[in-house]
Amino acid sequence: MKVLVAVKRVIDYNVKVRVKADQSGVELANVKMAMNPFDEIAVEEAVRLKEAGIATEVVAISCGATHCQEQLRTALALGADRAILVETDAAQTENLQSLAVAKLLKAVCDKEQPQLVILGKQAIDDDANQTGQMLAALLGWPQATFASKVVVADGKTTVTREIDGGLETLSIRLPAVVTTDLRLNEPRYATLPNIMKAKKKPMDVLKSAELGVDIAPRLATLKVVEPAKRQAGIKVADVAELVAKLKNEAKVI
Amino acid sequence: MSILVIAEHDHAVLKAATLNTVTAAAKIGGPIDVLVAGSGCAAAAQAAAALAGVARVKVADAAHYAEQTAENLAALVVANVSGYTHILAPATTFGKNLLPRVAALLDMAQISEICGVESPDTFVRPIYAGNALATVKSADAVKVITVRTTGFDAVGQGGSAAVEAIPAGPDLGLTQLVGRELTKSARPELGAAKVIVSGGRGLASGENYHALLEPLADKLNAALGASRAAVDAGFVPNDYQVGQTGKVVAPQLYLAIGISGAIQHLAGMKDSKVIVAINKDADAPIFQVADYGLVGDLFQLVPELTAAL
Repeated sequence: MKVLVAVKRVIDYNVKVRVKADQSGVELANVKMAMNPFDEIAVEEAVRLKEAGIATEVVAISCGATHCQEQLRTALALGADRAILVETDAAQTENLQSLAVAKLLKAVCDKEQPQLVILGKQAIDDDANQTGQMLAALLGWPQATFASKVVVADGKTTVTREIDGGLETLSIRLPAVVTTDLRLNEPRYATLPNIMKAKKKPMDVLKSAELGVDIAPRLATLKVVEPAKRQAGIKVADVAELVAKLKNEAKVI
Repeated sequence: MSILVIAEHDHAVLKAATLNTVTAAAKIGGPIDVLVAGSGCAAAAQAAAALAGVARVKVADAAHYAEQTAENLAALVVANVSGYTHILAPATTFGKNLLPRVAALLDMAQISEICGVESPDTFVRPIYAGNALATVKSADAVKVITVRTTGFDAVGQGGSAAVEAIPAGPDLGLTQLVGRELTKSARPELGAAKVIVSGGRGLASGENYHALLEPLADKLNAALGASRAAVDAGFVPNDYQVGQTGKVVAPQLYLAIGISGAIQHLAGMKDSKVIVAINKDADAPIFQVADYGLVGDLFQLVPELTAAL
């Protein structure tokens, strides 16, 4: 069984995001970039499926400019067998939206014919939470989003999903799309020998234009601003003062 | 302009998030229809008809909508989209699962988790875990939108919309529900609670979390929440998580206990009316957003607070 994992290059989650003064977006120049954390969980899950003898090949894929190869190398170091970059030019990359990425991934799925595609549930930059569901729709495949457990057997996958108020377990036919939630697994760290080995693993680069899909943006960002800051309040001395403030000043209890 | 709101419900009652979504629809303007797809869902449809500002309720009642799977529901929505300029659903796990599937089938973009309406084609939404707000304009013929419930008040009652049965779509048979394990709790739902008691890594263990926070939550009739750190450490299940990757909440009173205030947590609770923080580290970032901060040992202060209420 071939497993495809999609990875996105985003601002490292430890970086404090700063809005640009001209309100055109957030500052990306000279900012540390990394693989989207939910996508790391997706790579880890695919690699574990391979280690368990269920997956035969793990293919990592990313859509974007040349520098996304860094994140694909990370996926290879974590255990993916090969990588595909769907390369877009600089202008396209800046405004590559979920629907466009889903269409590019669909085109690659048509070629690669994976049985399972695993993606992070959302990217920590645009927080859209769309690409996996859109890809499933375009392929006509079932979807299991926000997965906290994935079991593959007998042409099906049984996925436990994190839903509001608890958990839900679905049995879905393969091929299928799964998106990862936090508790699915704890991704490993890439070891130095594996980082060295990853440099020799195959990486194909496709031009997005070769895939013949429309990736023009549908949404225009008019401005990006910082949210209103909340004012810090006061420190109270003890529990009695806190209770008094909540009762008399805030009137919330 | 005409808006279709996809109702989230459990066949008998509407989920609170549906009410916020109808308010967002009213801000966009134009007649509002509500789609209730379920199995034996007449009661939920009646509840939708009673919401203020709703013009029509369309009901698709069939056994294959019992589990609310995205595949079957998306096919139904797409078959009924004609004439609508906007499709809205709450940005809950239900709406987030369903609506992108609808959008892709229609070849439309989705605008996720809007927290403001500027005009019928321009919306405000948080990005980067709420560290920035983007104003986006859609060029699509149908705007497919999920609504951040804390950005809009719940709509009131007083409507008397016509309820109209529509034919069910196909059962695609792609997905089978094996089971649901809902956290059983006498407490209010996290997303709708007026008071939330939330715990973080400072509690040190799941046992401490329950032993200290439950009595306090009982006193305040509060929902229980947690930071991502507490969830990652295995103290409580993920559905307790408040933050950008968990639930976004805005209660009247939010008590953050042993929570340092990572940016991703703040993104999920900073719209609360009153925030109280109890933490031993006086420099913890949580104090920068708290209305009332109490610096000290939570193992001593929390039982003291519980006793004082």
